[in-house]
Amino acid sequence: MKTNKRSFSGLGQLLIPLVALAILIVFNIFRDISFFSIDLRFNNSGNMVLTGNLVSIIDSASELAIIAMGMTLVTAACGGQDISVGAVGAISGAVFVKVLQGMGAITIGTMLIAFALCCLATIVFKLFNGMLVAVFRIQPMIATLILYSCARSIAYWINGDATPQLRNEIISAIGKTIPGIPVPTPIFAVILVGLLLFLIFKFTSLRLYIQSVGINEGAARLNGINPTRIKLISFILLGVCVSVAGLIGVCRLGQLNHKTLLVDIEMDAILAVAIGGNSLGGGRFRLSGSILGAYIIQMLTTTLYAMNVAPVNVKAYKAIVIIIIVVAGSPVVKNKLTALWNRLRSGPARESARKEGVS
Amino acid sequence: MEDGIVLTMRGISISFPGVKALNNVDFTLRRGEIHALMGENGAGKSTLIKVLTGVYEKDAGSICIEGRDGEANIHSPQQAQNLGISTVYQEITLCPNLTVAENMFIGRTKDRIVRWREYEKRTTEILDNLGIPARASQELSHCSLAVQQMVAIARAVDMKCKVLILDEPTSSLDDKEVAMLFKLMRELKERGVGIIFVTHFLEQVYEVSDRITVLRGGELVGEYLVSELPQVQLVAKMMGKSLDDLAELERIGQKSAAGEETVYEAKDLSSAECRPFDFRIRRGEVNGFTGLLGSGRSESVRAIFGADQVTGGRVTIKGKPVRITKPHDAIRSGIGYLPENRRRDGIIADLSVRDNIILALQVIKGMNHPISRAEAEAFADEYIEALQIKTASKDTPIRSLSGGNQQKVILARWLLTHPQYLILDEPTRGIDVGTKLEIQKLVLKLAEEGMSVTFISSEIEEMLRTCSRLIVMRDRKIVGELTGDELTQAQVMKTIAGGEARDENE
Repeated sequence: MKTNKRSFSGLGQLLIPLVALAILIVFNIFRDISFFSIDLRFNNSGNMVLTGNLVSIIDSASELAIIAMGMTLVTAACGGQDISVGAVGAISGAVFVKVLQGMGAITIGTMLIAFALCCLATIVFKLFNGMLVAVFRIQPMIATLILYSCARSIAYWINGDATPQLRNEIISAIGKTIPGIPVPTPIFAVILVGLLLFLIFKFTSLRLYIQSVGINEGAARLNGINPTRIKLISFILLGVCVSVAGLIGVCRLGQLNHKTLLVDIEMDAILAVAIGGNSLGGGRFRLSGSILGAYIIQMLTTTLYAMNVAPVNVKAYKAIVIIIIVVAGSPVVKNKLTALWNRLRSGPARESARKEGVS
Repeated sequence: MEDGIVLTMRGISISFPGVKALNNVDFTLRRGEIHALMGENGAGKSTLIKVLTGVYEKDAGSICIEGRDGEANIHSPQQAQNLGISTVYQEITLCPNLTVAENMFIGRTKDRIVRWREYEKRTTEILDNLGIPARASQELSHCSLAVQQMVAIARAVDMKCKVLILDEPTSSLDDKEVAMLFKLMRELKERGVGIIFVTHFLEQVYEVSDRITVLRGGELVGEYLVSELPQVQLVAKMMGKSLDDLAELERIGQKSAAGEETVYEAKDLSSAECRPFDFRIRRGEVNGFTGLLGSGRSESVRAIFGADQVTGGRVTIKGKPVRITKPHDAIRSGIGYLPENRRRDGIIADLSVRDNIILALQVIKGMNHPISRAEAEAFADEYIEALQIKTASKDTPIRSLSGGNQQKVILARWLLTHPQYLILDEPTRGIDVGTKLEIQKLVLKLAEEGMSVTFISSEIEEMLRTCSRLIVMRDRKIVGELTGDELTQAQVMKTIAGGEARDENE
């Protein structure tokens, strides 16, 4: 057991997602190499943009990747998941649009104000979840079920049943591309959020605290860490992630639809965390794993569409692949694989020794 | 089988990886007796019980039960129960959301149709019969803890058990409830049930038991009639010291003379877990809290550190009043605390040795001043070297280290914060002899350098070697304070056992 653990430290956690990604890529190479072709084309508004499956995968996985990062932190600190991210994202979008419309003109200034306010609103809702989890010690799934079921109604109260259209250059610059830059803007948003979290972890000891609380809350407390505070911080950061994802979601479509904005994203986000090799029981985490997980999910979807699988069936096929990835990453299979690997590496002498040990 | 004996265990041995948990232990239980099973932590009481109830598979030895020829086959709790061996654990294992009657009969009836009315009637009879103050139709969670326990016992008795095991039944009961439980135990004794009573409370043993079997370090010390074993001797046997070989204790080093300055002082300090007490420690002093398990020694130091909810008291550090209500306050005031339960409260299992070492220092520095990777590496190197921690690397998760090395990592964690007052609760528990000595030497060295240390250990000679002052506790109260010439094993045991007990070996 001990040797197993050691060989799976370091890159170990990313092994399964990287292998899964590699298999997806190899599969597509053999299926149709043109899947990977990238073109530089003019879009409808006359800007040069990159197009192709790869660009669209990375672009459309942006919201998922961003939320998966926040989900990773909450998972690590609380040992549970927030399933209200999609629904609260709808509130975030609704507040953003409401404020923007209230101010009339859409300028960079009003956008910033609107984003600041929607960010604030989202954090408040996430703190509500965080309070239930950290203070009242309700299981995260149950605590966040409340907003999961009612947040879209709240979004509806904010904006009514209307699906307001936002046709504006700035909006499309955020949701699609900035004129002159051929890479879709949402990709930059992922990088920006990733960078923000990276800097937070670099200039504070939050990473150590989150992991300590997630692994052993009692011991963390005896070392002077306030677990409640750490859990709340993880929810605040998730709130920021959700509002950025909500902003992108609204700008991408140029309209707000509280029924469909970020719908079902919570399950994919949890999946991304799991595929990334992070324990859903909390503790150690790797953001890069979750981001990778998000891209794997999106690549899978895009591959299936490219294979002309009917939309109705996509989810079923996706499920099959995900079962394989998750089982391959399970501790049971992992230990078996590591044992096999050790045996292959250390030759027959130790193999016989191992057998004796087992019997 | 001899007449009147319901259970014989002979030559029971069992090993776990790296530990011989029981070595050739005998145990005999007679009909209609209350037989106390005594021993300090790790003595093997629970292991013996678990062998008897089929939770653990024994490596060697035999178990015989009255009325059955040959060896009894016990491989599962179910088999044990079928043989008439029932256990009531410290924590209630019934279903609190069911009624008393449902709890009495659940899982026992073979009837296809459940006749609750009849069960309720029978339950009422049993309860009346045993004098248990509960109603059959009452939901179990509405009963007090003591009554819940008695229901569990009644269930066992109704299942025609011959051997009833009570594992720490009194630890969460108040005096009145304990009296109620004892009355029930005596009643059952009259009916011929053999009761095995596991407890840490000495006085209760003397109040209710007929016989005592003492275990120590997985071995049988002996079986005694209660009337023939004075309390002080029982303590000596549990701790493994015959009273006359106290004489020469090899001292590791010169006990350092404590300075004059009082570093920490508490008046009327109390927590949710301990009664108000006064305490002070001077610069460079090593003191200890002693007493049997459950005497309140750990609870007292937890109150000092703010680990449990502090309910009152005034604390000063170097004469300045401070408020310590949570561990963070204590750490900021220069107090370090190595908890009793290393696995549960000490280590952050999945984190690396390096992260485990820097954790407390990081907390003192605050979240916005992270210790850089390079600094952390340097600290880890320094303390791995200084304490000779055996680890594959600094990145190795602490859980893959041996117990002794884990303990050294936790020690390193606190030494790195340069505390003025360090509390070590059982730092030597469950680690090898060599490391134990190293830790004791380290404590003396630290004291010499001016650190105040509270050192707690179940092994009394360790404390006598290192401490210049011993605070003795019994039943959650401080019952004595020993210094200078009073620091002898005999004196400690006498104080633990209570002044009235006479020491016959003197």
